[in-house]
Amino acid sequence: MEATLRQTWAFLFRGWHITRRYIGWVIVFNFYALVTSATVALIGVAQGNYQLTLTLVVGALLWNYLSWLYNEIAMSIAYERWEGTLEYTFMAPVSRGVHLLGVSLFSLLNSIVTSIVVLVGLMLFTNLHLRGVNFLGVLVVLAVSTVAFVGLGLFAAIFPVMSAERGAEATHIFQGSLLLVSGVYYEIEVLPRWLQPLSTVSPATYTLSACRKLFGVGNPNSTPEHLAGAPLSAVTHELLILAVMGAILLPLGLWAFVRIEAWAKKTGKLKRTG
Amino acid sequence: MQKQAIQVRNLRKCFRKRNGFRKSAELWAVDDVSFSVAQGETYGLLGPNGSGKSSLIRILSTLLTADSGVVSMLGYELPAQQEQVRRIIGRVSVDAAFYKKLSARENLLYTALLYGQKPREAERRAMDILEQLGMENAKFSTPLEEMSRGMQQKISIARALMINPPLLLLDEPTTGLDPKSRRDVQSFLEDLQRREGTTILLTTHDMAEAERLCVRIGFLAHGKLVAEGTAADLKRIAGGATLDDAFIALTGEELANEELVGVGD
Repeated sequence: MEATLRQTWAFLFRGWHITRRYIGWVIVFNFYALVTSATVALIGVAQGNYQLTLTLVVGALLWNYLSWLYNEIAMSIAYERWEGTLEYTFMAPVSRGVHLLGVSLFSLLNSIVTSIVVLVGLMLFTNLHLRGVNFLGVLVVLAVSTVAFVGLGLFAAIFPVMSAERGAEATHIFQGSLLLVSGVYYEIEVLPRWLQPLSTVSPATYTLSACRKLFGVGNPNSTPEHLAGAPLSAVTHELLILAVMGAILLPLGLWAFVRIEAWAKKTGKLKRTG
Repeated sequence: MQKQAIQVRNLRKCFRKRNGFRKSAELWAVDDVSFSVAQGETYGLLGPNGSGKSSLIRILSTLLTADSGVVSMLGYELPAQQEQVRRIIGRVSVDAAFYKKLSARENLLYTALLYGQKPREAERRAMDILEQLGMENAKFSTPLEEMSRGMQQKISIARALMINPPLLLLDEPTTGLDPKSRRDVQSFLEDLQRREGTTILLTTHDMAEAERLCVRIGFLAHGKLVAEGTAADLKRIAGGATLDDAFIALTGEELANEELVGVGD
């Protein structure tokens, strides 16, 4: 048990020191996340429509959290391939479950920090009042959707195992597709009809839908000074779907990763390239 | 009879390389190779690039799955018991793969944690190893990217040894090192073998290094083990004055041909 805890800590230790050494880039990425989110939210401000602003703010905030979480997990394998350390990680007597748990925990911490930066920044740019938001409910939804997104991240992490060059590209295509179909900044209904069914398989769709209700978006009782956030019971449907998605995606992602690792060892794909 | 630490029997590994549409060529990286290494022995595998040395080491390191054959490491069989094998091996590869922005200390502590070791003890052991390899303590906190290749390779050796493995797999550990660093590493390996009785499997291009460090040597060419024995045996069989002559006579190749990079390496 003690050894397993140390192994999990190894990935947090590594992540922290890499972050420290690349602090300039960390600041740049957070700045970029804040600026792109503010740019989107200011569309609502320009329209003088606080409901639109709130819709965009919730979208930007949640997308930053979920996409960072997904991206950090998915890209952790790509970073290891670029550094050439993947073979050493795979050669260590650490189970894939512990390895990916450690990576996911660090990614989660990273996503939380970025989300806080974006939230504080958006408050400065939009002058929104968040009184009346059901924050506890939002945290519950985020906790449940985190499991599903970790599962998606694990799925995407198999691409860099399959190919050092193409893998990272594939994870970004997948991430972009989620942004497109999940209704981050607009209603699903504005998508072309043939694309709309895809939104039903994205966990982000349900996370956003639930959080918007909990923020009081679209609630006739909401006012710019006091939002009428829905109670948690109003998002039971979304919570259930997210829980089922998490229960499927997490073990499936881990299973797929282990299978691809075995395939890579058979075909010699783990070898350092680049 | 001495106990065998590594036993390899009829090992085969083939890569399929696509050659245009639909056509694929088969490249035998390891072709029916059998050998064994006794506990505490240093065994050398010599061969040019593309001869299958690295593929062989990668199979023994659990990073590549063989197509067929038997591999036993201190009684644990691969691939079935790879979890156990990972606990008893240390590997140094030709390219010192590290997080280059992190310091030597951070890289080594990360490895120690990954192996479930107590960081303080592991750090002390790593410092001892680096001192024996002739590295100053002050360099311990320097990012790897600011270190010479020789220093990086010494850190790589410390990483493999800080977990105190009974089996050490060294894949061209001195390639590209300056003469002083090469000598430091070779002396250290001799001392380690004497002191700890570590079993070492070493691949190299360097005939003098193989002759100095290895009790027995195997010649690999095109994935096949074409000859095996002590340096004196090999020279006698081939009728050559040097190990280099013996290699050319027995394999029909020259070791200096480093431009041939194949799938196997």
